[in-house]
Amino acid sequence: MPEPLLRVDTVSKRFGGLLAVDRASFDAPAGRITALIGPNGAGKTTLFAIIAGFLRPSAGRVRYDGADITGLPPHRLARRGIARTFQIVQPFAGLTVAENIAVGAHLHHASRARALAAAAAVARTVDLDGELAKPAAALTVAGRKRLELARALAIEPKLLLLDEVLAGLNPSEVRDMVPVIRAIAARGVTIVMIEHVMQAVMSLAGHVFVLAEGRVIAEGAPQRIAADPRVVEAYLGHGAAQRMMGAAR
Amino acid sequence: MKAQAKSLLPILVALALLAAVPLVTTSNVVLNFLVFALLIALVGQGWNLLGGYGGQHSFGHAAFFGTGAYVTAILQVRYGVNAWPAFALGIFAGAAVGAVIGALAFRSGLRGSYFALVTLAFAEVLRIVASVAPITGAGVGTLVKLDLRWQALQFQSRVPFYLIILALVAVSLVLVRVVERTRFGAWLVAVRENEDAARALGVDTTLVKIGAMMLSAAITAAGGCFYAQYYLFIDAGIAYGPWISIEALLAPIVGGVGTVFGPLLGALVVKSLGEATKLLAGDAPGLDLVIYGSVLVLVVAFAPRGIAGLLADLRRWGRRAPAGALAEADHA
Repeated sequence: MPEPLLRVDTVSKRFGGLLAVDRASFDAPAGRITALIGPNGAGKTTLFAIIAGFLRPSAGRVRYDGADITGLPPHRLARRGIARTFQIVQPFAGLTVAENIAVGAHLHHASRARALAAAAAVARTVDLDGELAKPAAALTVAGRKRLELARALAIEPKLLLLDEVLAGLNPSEVRDMVPVIRAIAARGVTIVMIEHVMQAVMSLAGHVFVLAEGRVIAEGAPQRIAADPRVVEAYLGHGAAQRMMGAAR
Repeated sequence: MKAQAKSLLPILVALALLAAVPLVTTSNVVLNFLVFALLIALVGQGWNLLGGYGGQHSFGHAAFFGTGAYVTAILQVRYGVNAWPAFALGIFAGAAVGAVIGALAFRSGLRGSYFALVTLAFAEVLRIVASVAPITGAGVGTLVKLDLRWQALQFQSRVPFYLIILALVAVSLVLVRVVERTRFGAWLVAVRENEDAARALGVDTTLVKIGAMMLSAAITAAGGCFYAQYYLFIDAGIAYGPWISIEALLAPIVGGVGTVFGPLLGALVVKSLGEATKLLAGDAPGLDLVIYGSVLVLVVAFAPRGIAGLLADLRRWGRRAPAGALAEADHA
């Protein structure tokens, strides 16, 4: 079996007295969509920040594309093909949509004209091509999420880390976004997504890891995970699973 | 290519207008005023590249201005170097100081007001060192020997000086316009807008900021070199004093930060105001600073994008149908 594109190996991150990530391990095989779920404060975003190079792990290693990338800075990782979106969208507010995406496209295109052309092409894949000339600050929440995605795609990533790109969208916007993400994966981009919208996780992800209190407590296919008593307890509290079973009986 | 040429057109027009001034008048008062205003425009353009485009607000551009001025003067006075290479070396020295301060400040992750304070501190340290070090003439200052020949980069008439500073401003305008349209420029603006997002997109933000600081320092140092050559005298207070750091940031903020013409517009307006104050109130010490302060407060409060921003808004209103334009103007 080939090594997965991304391997997070017993990574821990401590902030003072708080252990945000506690010996978490997971793999993301190439070309698949892997989901990371868990209650708020489980350490998912911290784990993403570690993978993308924004934080250094207190312990453990991150392997990507056959090499140890632990502790490399974000811009170096971006050049190797790791892109991330931010949970709280971070647009370049003073720039237009096209210029926003072009910043990412510049990684592979030195000329401004080429970068803008590449940006326009990426915008089409996320249905933002009608808004290229708009200032980024004028976009709706759904538009900003798409912009976040477009910018990340513009660096032509091999591994795409999506941090709650569906959060804050209404159900119809979620339905519009799901095929966009599926199309990105179909082009061969490996995706790891943090997501709370379970409907999307169920339909997109091949494999799910559940994080709670910094630890990976369960993993498996999405349908199995949803029925796992440990997962139910992590979300709803101690004893919840038992009570639900009891109610079902 | 066409777009490139089109974007340079306004610069050419502005320069042609300014270049025509000596044909209309050779009055020393007018030329003196314009030379000084253009000097501030040049120094301000340096600040604008780092502060306006890169969002790194320096409070110590005197460090670069003074280095340019001192290197130009000292090389001539103490080492007998010809004025022309001394001028060029002054620019390089300024860039080098920019690289050092930039590397120290940015590698230690200083942002915002911390960065401003550190640059101010560097400029002040240089001022104090220059006021005691023998090589700078310490408290006495450095006097460049009068030698009114073009070989010595000195002229009897104000006109050649005027054309030289205009040429330097021209280079700085074109340089900033070109930077705007390069990858480096796009990355620099991205750093200003959101540093973390830029890093996630593969931008080596530290390197981009240090590069911008070097270019910025070189432009401002050119102003210092010119100052030494024009006034033929500098001391620590002139070269490294906070006055020039303030002029450097005032012109672009008033004119419009992050725009090509902001520093030039701002310098002309601010210097005109300064002259008007002198005419009205005589040489009351510090009054021009009161005016500067008031202008700065007004601009920051009511026109955060400066004069260039106001002009852009006006042009947009002009394009709309005249009916209703006034009503909308009231709302904006």
